[in-house]
Amino acid sequence: MIPGILPLLAITIPLAAAALILATGRHMNLRDSVTLGAAASMVIVVLAMLPEILAGGRIGITLIPLLPGGDLALRVDALGMIFGIVASVLWLLNSLYSIGYMRALNEHDQTRFYFCFAIAIAAAIGIAFSANLVTLYVFYEILTLITYPLVVHVGTPEAMQAGRKYLAYLLGGGICLLAATILTYTLTGTTEFIPGGFLAGAGAAALSLQVIFLLYLGGFVKAAWMPFHAWLPAAMVAPTPVSAFLHAVAVVTAGVFGVVRVAGWVYGVDLMADLNLGVLLAVIASFTIITASLFALAQDNLKRRLAYSTVAQLSYILLGVSMLSTAGLIGAVIHIPFHAFQKIALFFCAGAVIVGAGRENISDMKGIGRKMPVTAVMCAAAAAGICGLPPFCGLVSKVYLTIGAVQAGELALLGVIIVSAVLNVAYFFPIIHTMIIARPSDDRALDTVTEAPLIMLVPIILAVTASVAFFFFPATPFLDLAEIAISDMSGAGMP
Amino acid sequence: MNAVISQLPPLLIVIPLLGALAALLLGKWNRAFAYPISLAMIGFQFAVSLVLMESVMDGDVIHYYLGGWPPPLGIELVIDSFNSFVLVVILALALLTAVWAHKGADLDIVPEKKVSFFVVFQLLITGLCGMAVTGDLFNLYVFLEISSIAAYTLVAAGRNPRSLIAGFNYLILGSIAAGFIVIGIGYLYIATGTLNMGELAVMLPAHYGQTTVYAAFLFMMIGFSIKVAFFPLHLWLPDAYTEAPAAVTILIATATSKVTAYAMLRVIFSVFTLQYVTDSFPVTELILIIAAIAIIAGAVLAIAQDNLKRMLAYSSISQMGYIMFALGVANQAALAGGILHIMAHAVMKGCLFMVAGMIIYRTGFTAIRQLSGLSRRMPVACAAFAIAGASMIGVPPTIGFMSKYYLVLGAVEAGEYLAAAVLLAGSLLAAVYIWQVIEVMYFGDIHDEDLGGGLEAPASMMVPVIILAASCLLLGIFVELPLEVVGPAAAMLLGGG
Amino acid sequence: MENLLVFIATRYIYIMTIILVMIGLYALIAKKNLVKKVIGLNIFQTAIFLFYISFSDVDGGTAPIYLPDGVSATYVNPLPHVLILTAIVVGLAITAVALAIVVRIYEEYQVTDEDGLQEVMKRQ
Repeated sequence: MIPGILPLLAITIPLAAAALILATGRHMNLRDSVTLGAAASMVIVVLAMLPEILAGGRIGITLIPLLPGGDLALRVDALGMIFGIVASVLWLLNSLYSIGYMRALNEHDQTRFYFCFAIAIAAAIGIAFSANLVTLYVFYEILTLITYPLVVHVGTPEAMQAGRKYLAYLLGGGICLLAATILTYTLTGTTEFIPGGFLAGAGAAALSLQVIFLLYLGGFVKAAWMPFHAWLPAAMVAPTPVSAFLHAVAVVTAGVFGVVRVAGWVYGVDLMADLNLGVLLAVIASFTIITASLFALAQDNLKRRLAYSTVAQLSYILLGVSMLSTAGLIGAVIHIPFHAFQKIALFFCAGAVIVGAGRENISDMKGIGRKMPVTAVMCAAAAAGICGLPPFCGLVSKVYLTIGAVQAGELALLGVIIVSAVLNVAYFFPIIHTMIIARPSDDRALDTVTEAPLIMLVPIILAVTASVAFFFFPATPFLDLAEIAISDMSGAGMP
Repeated sequence: MNAVISQLPPLLIVIPLLGALAALLLGKWNRAFAYPISLAMIGFQFAVSLVLMESVMDGDVIHYYLGGWPPPLGIELVIDSFNSFVLVVILALALLTAVWAHKGADLDIVPEKKVSFFVVFQLLITGLCGMAVTGDLFNLYVFLEISSIAAYTLVAAGRNPRSLIAGFNYLILGSIAAGFIVIGIGYLYIATGTLNMGELAVMLPAHYGQTTVYAAFLFMMIGFSIKVAFFPLHLWLPDAYTEAPAAVTILIATATSKVTAYAMLRVIFSVFTLQYVTDSFPVTELILIIAAIAIIAGAVLAIAQDNLKRMLAYSSISQMGYIMFALGVANQAALAGGILHIMAHAVMKGCLFMVAGMIIYRTGFTAIRQLSGLSRRMPVACAAFAIAGASMIGVPPTIGFMSKYYLVLGAVEAGEYLAAAVLLAGSLLAAVYIWQVIEVMYFGDIHDEDLGGGLEAPASMMVPVIILAASCLLLGIFVELPLEVVGPAAAMLLGGG
Repeated sequence: MENLLVFIATRYIYIMTIILVMIGLYALIAKKNLVKKVIGLNIFQTAIFLFYISFSDVDGGTAPIYLPDGVSATYVNPLPHVLILTAIVVGLAITAVALAIVVRIYEEYQVTDEDGLQEVMKRQ
């Protein structure tokens, strides 16, 4: 078999699925089985590459020469593999869930929905496996545009308003990324990701490298760092599977993935430290973590509270990168999959409440757990995971981040992590309390509430089970992959 | 060089001219004859242009002396990588427009006038071909006027009486522009005693610094700026594009504007040479500044429009700024981007105007807000609009992105960071005006139910649109193919060839 | 002062040309009546023709007609004359198209001046 065929297949499968979804749009069952079949085969394709990557290998393929400085080329390495697994596995879960959700709510334009979903997943995998900045940019922009119809799916004026905000932020970010890519190319003559970075040898002035890094950060506005986060809560008007997609499967993940990629494979840890970029990132990340957690406290709408929680959690990853230490970086990288699995479970629960009870505000959910026991328990479990309680995988990445902060000798960052842990509990506990412990306001309040359909519960249970499993076996495969990725990029010389 | 190929350049002009005459005469006898003859002639020209491009791709240049008279006495036709590329682009667009116009012309042209409409249509294309192949400045002026007179006539030919006023204003400004160009040509003749572009390039350096040459340059720059509607000399364009018959808008927005831009680049780089332009006065800086203003102003004005065709017209003014931007930066990457953008803009604007025409053809809607929910009635047309629109914004991997990338790269390499930022900001503004339409088309509710669904236009209009939308994507993904011609063409211009 | 007089005496034809171009452009831009605009266009073009013809002139030159062997003469440059013949044809075509459009405008709106047109537009 041609070695590069697997990454190519991983992109082609969802693209082909998109075409098939359009073709079979009239037959609902056929169309939905196309989605499921494609998602399942994609998981197989991605996992088939895992042994080679775990053995320290890389799988690459150059598709076509595109632009000076970057052919359209794919290369799978350990970091890309982490994002690849997250995207493909969660797409499978999300597809199962969306079928239940969309059918239960009898949503309109479902064909368009699944079509855009499939292409968005292809773009996400493209970002994960891209071998250079140009390829990354190409897929990044495709992801922006193709998720727009998903965000504005309901088509209300409020949704259109949110869609405009979404596009304004993300297209603006795309422009910054393009500018940064072109500047990088003119400085070095390449945009190929090299472990340990390639900008150090460019001999450019420190100031211009710092400016370019700011452009990169602007480009990765998908990471929703403050104060450029407003698009994410606004996008909450979308159907819940889309929120899950934005928050866990692809979009924000693509943003933080990009930051890690640029920090480690374009700048390199040493250059980052020389330019004081770690400090910059640390300030941004700390500010975002604390502020977003406080914002989350103030939200009554469950999905919006979860959105602010995502904003805060994503900045943990930036915080890990900013430490520029081995443990910090490993913590940052494994926080990507671990947060994704837990956050998708939470969003699934929020969607299940919408379907089962038709309620979106936390204050309306008193005692809902009596009628929706599975949803409520799973919601509590996932929330506990995000707070960093055992036995959930959220704890693992937090431990690494804490060690990283100590290693880097930055006690301030340690303080941020601790304060944020308290805030996490503060905004998640009321949800659990309301759903499970609180009494319904009157006896008839729960009459219309039923448990969500099985097809929606299964993905929730699977996601929570996975996060428990990753607590006991963090090494398979994410921690191993993260270690390979970090040792790749840092080589020696890191504290 | 193959003996047959070397005879092709004059045939590119002469045979279609005879064809136009035949179409007119046979069309008087039976109306059904005119269209097939015109179509066949444009197809013939397209085939010839492909052969010509293939034969000059490796850097050859074809020189043809009309009547066997060598310059400076005779007129010379020259085919090189640059103009053969422009020829292929505009003739491909012209052919698709002609196919589209088979049904599309019914929209604005009364049946009795269709014979003369297609004859003039073909004369316009032939005039453009003449502009592209000639190596003689005065001949360039003559062909420019042939195509312009045809364009004035066509713009004014619509059923809509407003098209008459738009056509008249276009004629007045176009004639002033042509007058300026011809004065400039006269000054060059005074200075050197020749009109052949190749000889001028050799002889002019001895006269650099003379007031006569300055005057020639300025007159010609202003004249061409009006003709290409370079901001702020664009005033004729919005009305002409909006009120002209749909098929004519497509043709002048794609073919005419592109050939005129070609002629401008040709005169600046092949007659005056880059060295003259940069050494004598800061004109490239000035062009860059005006181009940046054009990009932003055109886009902002486009955002403010409610009429779809008028919005696209203002967008053309903004996009013309991109091509002038390449001229202002004037290095390899930027010029390659500019030439690529000539093709890119022709393809995507052609597609967008065709869709706009199809919407009018089926529904009579001209205002953007009327397009609410149209994607349910015309799914293929709206998808084509979305793809071409994405290319206009410059989303990868469309062709619009590729040309924009090269332009920004060129600007950054030249150290023009601010200009690069303006160009990127321009693409954000393009996102706003394109998205206004897409938002309404895809997410609006259908207002007047009685029109019903299934309004997709007939196949003869649909096929060109699909081809152009697919080209937006494919030319972007396989951008190496056009670059094989565009790269050498840019290098040639910079070398003063 | 004397220089200026010499300047005018030797180049009066160019000054005439410039004046004509200005008259033509003025009419094109400032006149409201469409027919007057067309007349302005013609003046503008004629000025350009004059410009070409005057710079082709050679002092003491005669028409470039082939003379018998042994007889020599100074010719004026024939090429600009030929060019202007072409340009006259072009100008004629433009005038024809312009007048045709004006006639059509009159048929549609019963006016031939811009103010009138604007009023008609407003009423529609």
